[in-house]
Amino acid sequence: MSDSVPNEVSVNINGAEVRAKAGEMLIAAADRAGVHIPRFCYHERMSSVGMCRMCLVDVDTGRGPMLQPSCMVPVAEGMSVDTQSEDTKRAQEGILEFLLVNHPLDCPVCDKGGECPLQDQTMAYGPGESRFVEEKRHYEKPIPISDLVHLDRERCILCDRCTRFADEIAGDPLIHFTERGNSTQVLTFPDEPFSSYFSGNTVQICPVGALTAAPYRFKARPWDLDQVESTCTTCSMGCRTAVQSSRNELVRYLGVDIESVNHGWLCDKGRFNFEATNSEERLTVPLIRDPNDERQLLGSDWGSALANAAEAILDAGSDGIGIIGGSRLTNEDAYAWSKLARSIIRTDNLDAQLGDGLPAELVHSLPPATIADACEADTVLVVGPDLKEELAILHLRLRGAATKGHTKVVEINAAPSGCEPYVERAIRCGSGEAAKYLGEILNSDDDLATRLREGSVVAVVGRSSMAESDHSSIAVAALIRDELPHATFLTALRRGNVRGALDMGLAPGVLPGRTAIDNPSSALDDIWGYTPSMKGLDTTGMLQAAAEGKIRTLVLLGADPLSDFPDRNLAAEAIQRAETVISLDNFLTASSAQADIILPTTAYGEQGGTTTNLEGRISRLTQKITPPGSVRDDWMIATELAWRLGGDLNLTSKEQIWREIEQVAPSHAGVTVERIMSEEAREGILVQESSVEYIFPSVQEPPIADGYGLRLISGRKLWDASTTTSMSPSLRPLAEAPVLKVHPTDLQRLGILSGSDVRVISTRSTENLKAVADESLERGTALLPFNQPGFGANRFIDATAAVNDIRIETL
Amino acid sequence: MSEMLGTEIAHAAGFIANETPRIVTARFDYEDSFTLERYEITGGYQALRKALQQAPEDVHKEVTNATLLGRGGAGFPAGVKWGFCPPGVWPRYLVVNGDESEPGTYKDRLLMELDPHQLIEGCLIACYAVGLSQCFLYVRGEMAVAQERIARALNDAYEAGYIGRNILGSHFSVDIVLHWGAGAYVVGEETALIESLEGNRGMPRLKPPYFPASIGLYGQPTIVNNVETLSNLPWIIDNGADAFTNIGTETSPGTRMVAVSGHVKRPGVYEIVNGTTTFRDLLYGQDMCGGIRDDNQLKAFVPGGGSAPWFTPDQLDLPFEASQVGPQGSMLGSGAIMVMDETTDIPAAALTLTKFYAHESCGKCVPCREGGTWLEQILRRVVDGRGSRRDLDLLIEVGETICPGDFPHAAVPSKGIEAKPFPYKMTTICFVGPSAFAPIHSALTLFREEFEAKVAGNDDRVLIEVPVNV
Repeated sequence: MSDSVPNEVSVNINGAEVRAKAGEMLIAAADRAGVHIPRFCYHERMSSVGMCRMCLVDVDTGRGPMLQPSCMVPVAEGMSVDTQSEDTKRAQEGILEFLLVNHPLDCPVCDKGGECPLQDQTMAYGPGESRFVEEKRHYEKPIPISDLVHLDRERCILCDRCTRFADEIAGDPLIHFTERGNSTQVLTFPDEPFSSYFSGNTVQICPVGALTAAPYRFKARPWDLDQVESTCTTCSMGCRTAVQSSRNELVRYLGVDIESVNHGWLCDKGRFNFEATNSEERLTVPLIRDPNDERQLLGSDWGSALANAAEAILDAGSDGIGIIGGSRLTNEDAYAWSKLARSIIRTDNLDAQLGDGLPAELVHSLPPATIADACEADTVLVVGPDLKEELAILHLRLRGAATKGHTKVVEINAAPSGCEPYVERAIRCGSGEAAKYLGEILNSDDDLATRLREGSVVAVVGRSSMAESDHSSIAVAALIRDELPHATFLTALRRGNVRGALDMGLAPGVLPGRTAIDNPSSALDDIWGYTPSMKGLDTTGMLQAAAEGKIRTLVLLGADPLSDFPDRNLAAEAIQRAETVISLDNFLTASSAQADIILPTTAYGEQGGTTTNLEGRISRLTQKITPPGSVRDDWMIATELAWRLGGDLNLTSKEQIWREIEQVAPSHAGVTVERIMSEEAREGILVQESSVEYIFPSVQEPPIADGYGLRLISGRKLWDASTTTSMSPSLRPLAEAPVLKVHPTDLQRLGILSGSDVRVISTRSTENLKAVADESLERGTALLPFNQPGFGANRFIDATAAVNDIRIETL
Repeated sequence: MSEMLGTEIAHAAGFIANETPRIVTARFDYEDSFTLERYEITGGYQALRKALQQAPEDVHKEVTNATLLGRGGAGFPAGVKWGFCPPGVWPRYLVVNGDESEPGTYKDRLLMELDPHQLIEGCLIACYAVGLSQCFLYVRGEMAVAQERIARALNDAYEAGYIGRNILGSHFSVDIVLHWGAGAYVVGEETALIESLEGNRGMPRLKPPYFPASIGLYGQPTIVNNVETLSNLPWIIDNGADAFTNIGTETSPGTRMVAVSGHVKRPGVYEIVNGTTTFRDLLYGQDMCGGIRDDNQLKAFVPGGGSAPWFTPDQLDLPFEASQVGPQGSMLGSGAIMVMDETTDIPAAALTLTKFYAHESCGKCVPCREGGTWLEQILRRVVDGRGSRRDLDLLIEVGETICPGDFPHAAVPSKGIEAKPFPYKMTTICFVGPSAFAPIHSALTLFREEFEAKVAGNDDRVLIEVPVNV
């Protein structure tokens, strides 16, 4: 082979020449050449272990054919491979016979039956008949190894996939082999369940039915399943999924391997929250508040509910209305509401974020990075939320890149995070002071400063704590932009389609296509006819205005300010004071339960369209099931309201909406419906252009806490009181009760025993909570999860303060 | 332990002196052979002094010239193995494989119990020659006496300045760490031993890389040598490679220790001349085993540890020479000879060995984990008289999934069976799987009539043992 390309070798597989990357494993080269070699333990996203011996093939490297495990043999120039030789076939039959020797063959009652690699490969490569007549191995079956996963050791073929995943990919090595020889089995360690945020992936990659997921067990047989490919909108990662249903009920999500985002993995929250869509608690008909009894909600028809809503909107007038939320919506729904608000209602008071994010102009104006950029950067600088809790798969990708040595992750945070096991450095800063700490490092002779200045940098910037204002994140972004002009950004906004909602203009001051309100495209001007010229209020501003009586009608687009806005007092006042609250939601949440008009909307799995992830990657959502009752898509409600307000949005379908978006949104020009419907869109279509500029405000350093105060730090947990978790019966119990974590010295100083109830006092509220000592915290700080069942930290937070301090007392 | 006398231990374990040259067992006759005092009186640590005066490359060359074959089983030349260390990569480690656990083998145990300083000196010479900065002495978990004596020897040697910083005033520094195993046979396999040493499950690593010399302990170049191999080094440095190669044959120089067990008059450990001593010399020589017990007829013997294919009296005149034993269908392995006389129940003997290997499978790869136990189950059925003629073929067929193709075996001229030379092919990661099949294959090939007698009268329906209380 003289026509050699660098790093490429030529291999002969079954008589055909195959070009392969040097160093690539033979099985991967064969896969690309379309030659399937059976396998159980090999997984392309994990290291090879060569345990199952199913992929043995005849390999000749010049010394005659020899059976070699193709997952362990790197391709070499001139290698000749026969995957169908007599020896190979005999080995395959033999291995399968061995695997079945102790396999219970309880396929008729096994979840995996029908989609089981062991079953399939036995049919394709097996001996047809077993000669084994002895008693098989017996174990108690199945045993729960976590709240979500059951293990049947009789079915297990000990391929090391789940254990390898837990160790290599998830970084939670909580399951391992025990015993040896014929008694080898996978088990958890004593008294330590397999409580990984990623445990569901082990069920998906199990090549037999040994691992089953509690939410899916015995729900369906694979041949009853109907499947579409879609994109997860639980957080803003946009993981590719396969959505499966049986008899019009969602029963399972599987991760789909796309290179740019999730590599096939899903977090357990995204994987199992389909239960929320199926929930009995779903709203199925419009509700309006009983005029005779304020405490009652009455079932209504769409006509009356929409008429009431339109009336309230008209009454309030353009300045008297505020539209909060929209990051649950698809891009098309968000666009419809953006158009309704601006061209018909003629207001710019709209905001997809709930005071828990970053200004839209900032998000649009930062030089963008992709996840892949981060995984290849010399340094990833994380100044934001605990990624493991809020953007779990981003954490997984960064962990993978860091453990493989492709990148170094540096984190600046006020509290310990789940990323600490793999970060190169975790720099502990005071709450709200990340920029100060970063500035000090950049101006020191620290090696890190040199690396940041000279190497490639991707900054992951978001809100580290809900108890500090967005000013600290803005200051970090400003510092990085000024000091490290080569750095690119991933904005760590967590809500499902928040990026898409901002792109569609669901934020004050920005129009669809990442343009400023004073700079609309001519196409937008033509089609919309009217756009407000003044920038409106953001969520904090709208709630303040409502609390002051200036905003009379509040529209909540799938938003629950009482749970999610950092300042619960302000949200409560606003909802209380507003004359009419219109809520579009799937469930009665804390906020929607107080609304006057409640319009039920479609949930995930019931709607098509597109969604945009935190990188700006647009991918397709696919409807899988028909929605319950008379619920409607959010865009339909927008068009209906438009008519009732005397206008016409001229929107007729999601596809037609996208055609209009493509026309009016400059950043989305060229992203045609045809492209979105094409194969290209599986990886997502990346949109990075923006014409929005952000004027950084001058930011002041937060005040120093007084000697009695503890600076409050509050972030979200993966398992919290969010709607999808609390409406999923399997997930609800995973959310722990809130505890206040304080450094033991601080507790001691106050004479408080760890584990006892304390009185927590802030400027906003006084509440009783359990306090627990945690040495990993800095002294003078207190950590409280933002939204746990029964209690939200937002009771203590003043949204207008740069930072929030609390005091604690013994009861 | 110190009140126990060296010779008592030696006699208990069965060392038997004979007329052959004594290289590694030279001190075994002293009651205090394991003490530093005795070691020094008898010329101990002189080889280290001599080595330290030479360039490391010269010491390495001396060992290469001596053609010292590894004594752990594979018989790979130690000097060549040392040369596999990639140049310029440090640190590199020496790992001493003292996890002697092949059935029938107990020679390293004697070396560790009776002459620990000789081993330590060997380690130091190896470390000096190859530039190894740290040595790990991995001793089998069950060998309590060896562990205690090595621990004491290490302490004494540290105190005397033989180990540690600037050994004997030179610039050469090395530390030796004693590590106890936890009782897994497979840890005798060098990559599994490294895994165990790192604190992981003792499971063999996948090859390539084929040699830990390139990537071994903690990902660094690592030389893994057997206890007996290293124990030869002081003598080689003291007396020179030429003196060593003058003993034995050109391809198998020096002496080697063999452990004989089973039906001989004097079972025990012998130091024999490599390459020239024959099995007949060993089993029938008056200064050695002295013949078969009760003057019975020899039926079969295992020439190289439990995993080696068996020999019959037809192979008695073969010498301890790998190049002659291999073509005759077996291996010298770890130097354990197990002797079976005419009273032996061959299928039951095979079951004993197969049971061991099935039990000791680490469970990592399928053919060994599932195949080994299945072989044991079938063979047990046959031995118990519940088997059928079909089971005899099944044993071979199941074994062929572990070892595809022709399995090596000895010739049986009386039956017109020709020898199949070593080695075998395998579908497993390491040799434990094939080892479970080896005794079955040998026994069935050489003594099929005994198996047929066990199943005579049974039809092909299998009589399975039904567990009680199912």
